[in-house]
Amino acid sequence: MNNDLSRSMPAATLRGLWTYRDFVLGSVRREFQSKTSNTVLGASWSLLSPLAMIVVYTVIFSQVMHARLPGAAGAADVPYAYSIWLCAGILSWTLFAAIVGRAQNMFIEQASLIKKISFPRICLPAIVVLSALLDFGIMFGLFTFFLLGSGNFPGWVFAALAPVLLLQVLLAIGLGTVAGVLNVFFRDVGPFVNIAMQFWFWLTPIVYPASILPEGVRALLLDWNPMARLVQAWQGVLVARTAPDWAGLAPVALLAVLLCMLALHLFRRRAGEMADEL
Amino acid sequence: MGALTVSGLGKAYRQYPARWSRLLEWLLELLRPGAPPRHILKWVLQDVSFTVAPGEAVGLVGINGAGKSTLLKLIAGIAQASAGSVQLQGRLAALLELGMGFHPDFTGRQNAVMAGQLLGMTGDEVVRLMPQIEAFAEIGDYIDQPLRVYSSGMQVRLAFAVATVRRPDILVVDEALSVGDAYFQHKSFERIRQFRRQGTTLLLVSHDKQAIQSLCDRALLLDGGRLARMGPPEEIMDYYNAMIAERENATVRVHETRAGKLQTVSGTGEATVIDIALLDEHGAHVEVVDVGAPVTLRVTVRAHAPIPRMVLGYMIKNRLGQPMYGTNTHLKELPLADVAAGEDVVYRFAFPMNLGPGSYSVATAIVSTETHLVNNYEWRDLALLFTVVNMRRPYFEGSAWLDPAIDIERA
Repeated sequence: MNNDLSRSMPAATLRGLWTYRDFVLGSVRREFQSKTSNTVLGASWSLLSPLAMIVVYTVIFSQVMHARLPGAAGAADVPYAYSIWLCAGILSWTLFAAIVGRAQNMFIEQASLIKKISFPRICLPAIVVLSALLDFGIMFGLFTFFLLGSGNFPGWVFAALAPVLLLQVLLAIGLGTVAGVLNVFFRDVGPFVNIAMQFWFWLTPIVYPASILPEGVRALLLDWNPMARLVQAWQGVLVARTAPDWAGLAPVALLAVLLCMLALHLFRRRAGEMADEL
Repeated sequence: MGALTVSGLGKAYRQYPARWSRLLEWLLELLRPGAPPRHILKWVLQDVSFTVAPGEAVGLVGINGAGKSTLLKLIAGIAQASAGSVQLQGRLAALLELGMGFHPDFTGRQNAVMAGQLLGMTGDEVVRLMPQIEAFAEIGDYIDQPLRVYSSGMQVRLAFAVATVRRPDILVVDEALSVGDAYFQHKSFERIRQFRRQGTTLLLVSHDKQAIQSLCDRALLLDGGRLARMGPPEEIMDYYNAMIAERENATVRVHETRAGKLQTVSGTGEATVIDIALLDEHGAHVEVVDVGAPVTLRVTVRAHAPIPRMVLGYMIKNRLGQPMYGTNTHLKELPLADVAAGEDVVYRFAFPMNLGPGSYSVATAIVSTETHLVNNYEWRDLALLFTVVNMRRPYFEGSAWLDPAIDIERA
């Protein structure tokens, strides 16, 4: 029976995803187009909002509040250092927040499809991830050009970002899917996640360096905030040109895998009930 | 390919007494596996078993809430069964709702690709089939216009064209065809008939007697979430109509308790219709009549009191209650004088059924003059229901059968 795709073995799940690959890719493309169609500036809008954010933070923090990257970062003399550092954090956070934010709402958003059409549900998280990666890819691509053009490209250590990116996507989609399933049954989860994400943003050293925090708070943040470690890995590679602290990322990887497993388990157990509840 | 077996199928929804009960249940389940559930199960479908042979067409009827849509969703794999199983061989396509996944900003072509992909086709496949989709949808140049400029009929045509561009082994249709104009309905039925000829198994939900009887080999009647009856379409539809009539009378009876046992009646009750039937040319009861077939409406009236002048009238109404034709024995100058109490009078009205396909009802009135305003003995709505189907004539529009003899001269 075809609805077993959501409950059967991972191999069958992947096969379902492969059969519907054109649906997934088509959805990603259409989502991108629908954001840009009917606008004059088109795709530039997906660049302008993070760009505006970066300008605002650069001006406020580095010019108005005279925040400076501490010498310990080892790159205080690099031109645009604060902006690059800010970009690294914000780009990485934007990707994370986009996946979590979309994923926690994906089942509710697609309720009418889920209730009327039989298709492998695994397509939904796949669309969320690819869509967010597309936006991220465009922004990060331009950022990379800027690094190359301004002579700030970090060199070979840049490649270390790939595993960090993968880890971050896993963490985001695991967390987002768990929230997404729960959100179907307990609609308080959605608004709660949105608020929690705002706090989480400011609890992560993105616009401010961790070094300005008091010692005790800093240890607490770095130990218990997986995003702090990930963001610091991006900042480290792009500004200080140092490889990520792999040992420090190992617990994050474990957490990401556990979250993904929990998401899959929850989803399989509740898929049937979910269709009834939507 | 195309066989479908449903065994012991049931569906229950969980009902929680309070908003937090579900959370509590989940937490308790985690802490102590095997904890008693905190929900009650509300069964909407129970113990449904049947088999559909490859190539067979089965109609599914039942009043609203009988579980028809739930059953289709379980068969289509959209909802998960709470009990029992569905086994099917071959590719199933479900037309539960047309136009799913359409986006108003994209063109018809882009939306067709999207809808096709949602049905598991690859993009290339949809593009390859596009000429067929365009041909069936008949929307011309609109195919490259954004969907928001489409009329709703055009959207439905496009959606149906995409959904049926590949012939499935099993086709499940949930009243999706009751949308769109008559031309589209006719066309979509034709496509389903064509699928059937090519061997597609069909499962069709409809309230439309005509659709069930003209398309299906067999019908299932669902009542209260259970399979109430299974058999030839005529038999099931008759039973279904009787069931509806019974329900309707029952509600009327509540309003008429003061009038005693008489059901849908208004009037004094000095004379009543005790039997009403539609008969074919051989005198057999019919509920489904072919366009143009000779029929006899037989009405038996019993006088309960001496009636000096008795007139019987009837009115045929379409399903919207609009009168199609009405007359009475006063207008036909056949009133009866001095009917004795206890006397039964049998009226026979013979006429050709020159009505278009559809569902009709007959209302009767027993009066003393031409109107029911004086001496209204009995007025009865929905005394009889029947359906006209077009079995032998070429397709035509409308609710009257006004077949022309055509003469064409070419200069």
